[in-house]
Amino acid sequence: MNEQTKFVEIRHAQKSYGDLEVLKDISLTVDRGQIVGIIGSSGSGKSTLLRAINDLDPLTGGEVWLDGVQVNKNLPYRKYEKHINEMRQQVGMVFQHFNLFPHMTARENVTMAPIMLKGLSKAEANKLAEEQLDEVGLLERIDYYPSQLSGGQKQRVAIARALAMKPKLMLFDEATSALDPELVEEVNLVMKKLAEKHMTMIIVTHEMDFASSVCDRVLFMDQGVVVEEGPPEVIFKNPKQKRTREFLRKHLAGAK
Amino acid sequence: MDFELMQKVYPFFLEAAWVTILLSVLTAILGLTLGALGTFARLSRFVVLRAIGAAYVSVFRGTPALIQLFILYFGGPQIGIQLDAFQAGVIGLGINAGAYMTETIRGAIISIDKGQTEAARTLGLSRWQTMYKVILPQSLRLMVRPLGVNINALIKATALVAAISVVELTYTAQRYIGSTYKPFEMFLLAGVLYMIIIYVAGRGVTWLDRKVQIT
Ligand SMILES: Nc1ncnc2c1ncn2[C@@H]1O[C@H](COP(=O)(O)OP(=O)(O)O)[C@@H](O)[C@H]1O
Ligand SMILES: [Mg+2]
Repeated sequence: MNEQTKFVEIRHAQKSYGDLEVLKDISLTVDRGQIVGIIGSSGSGKSTLLRAINDLDPLTGGEVWLDGVQVNKNLPYRKYEKHINEMRQQVGMVFQHFNLFPHMTARENVTMAPIMLKGLSKAEANKLAEEQLDEVGLLERIDYYPSQLSGGQKQRVAIARALAMKPKLMLFDEATSALDPELVEEVNLVMKKLAEKHMTMIIVTHEMDFASSVCDRVLFMDQGVVVEEGPPEVIFKNPKQKRTREFLRKHLAGAK
Repeated sequence: MDFELMQKVYPFFLEAAWVTILLSVLTAILGLTLGALGTFARLSRFVVLRAIGAAYVSVFRGTPALIQLFILYFGGPQIGIQLDAFQAGVIGLGINAGAYMTETIRGAIISIDKGQTEAARTLGLSRWQTMYKVILPQSLRLMVRPLGVNINALIKATALVAAISVVELTYTAQRYIGSTYKPFEMFLLAGVLYMIIIYVAGRGVTWLDRKVQIT
């Protein structure tokens, strides 16, 4: 038995690019069903931290655990590949720029991984694609290519694609930052729906209103450290740290 | 201009054109194969393979194809490689074309946005699954045209094998000049036939390019 009981646990995460230390000894836990928001100015290390969770950007120090299993285990190459591919199947990720596969329809984007990795039959996968795309309100666009969809629709397909793998955890890296303002809400609604279903989520965002309405907990990052964390009421209304207050003042002023 | 002579020798040029076509086709097949292998080496996670791939490209793009042919055909026997002129032509030109095609194929692959790989890997696909399902289908669309440019170049480069006496178009033209003293007519005839071959190959590339764009 190991002492691991938390759902997601990051222990002493450290990441450097050469001399540049991007993450400085970050520790963090997320419980099952919890929704954690990460805010902070550009370059503060939010994406790096998020991408360390599924080892897209491997840490240079520290550990990431998911549901009792260490993600960034030290294994020989082949074993590690097998291990990490299994871990990644359990973690959905949504990117700022959608990264839909442009040569596949919405349906194919959603069905590819379940067919390849979970051995679903074509019929099962089609049913799954219909369900998932219906869930994000895009059933009628199921046979459209990404180039035929708006940004908001693309991002909703990307979410459906991630959810089709039935992940335990969803990571969102500024899912609405690349969208025209009028398309943000449709994506936010999909994320809120996920929140209601108690999906565990870690959400990097620039949208303070959204963070404060869906997150159970918000982390403020600056220069590779978590400066302050707490419930959104405290972080947004009553932050203790000076740096948090400065960030919020600048950010909210800019947003208005 | 001596049309009568041109008409008389024309069938022999046609026969030679077939040799040029055969040379081109075999060279293209070998070149594409080596281009795929070269790309595989250059994108490998093993440093030794990457170095071999890089060396292959820089050696064969960095020296004249004619010298490569001469080394293979004239120098080969000295180190135990016995090839007839046609074989030496195909192998020499194929290896040369493969170096260019390596860069073309690799270029098309690495130009695909890195977000595509990230999205695929995030879903749990392996490196190879990602390459096969996500990267290659997209890069295929980008590589048909530039590979067409490589093929255009290699068809023209088949003229070089005249220098090792393969009886193809250029060699045939030279031979008839020797007996007729009509270089203008003979080279013109060869030139027109090259143009037709290259035109047809170009149409093929355009057709293929259209085909991969839709699907
Ligand atoms: N591949 C990389 N090489 C060097 N520096 C990088 C690389 N990726 C990110 N960084 C640096 O790491 C820091 C944190 O980046 P990031 O995590 O993307 O910040 P955020 O998402 O908060 O904007 C930045 O200073 C960025 O320039
Ligand atoms: Mg970022």
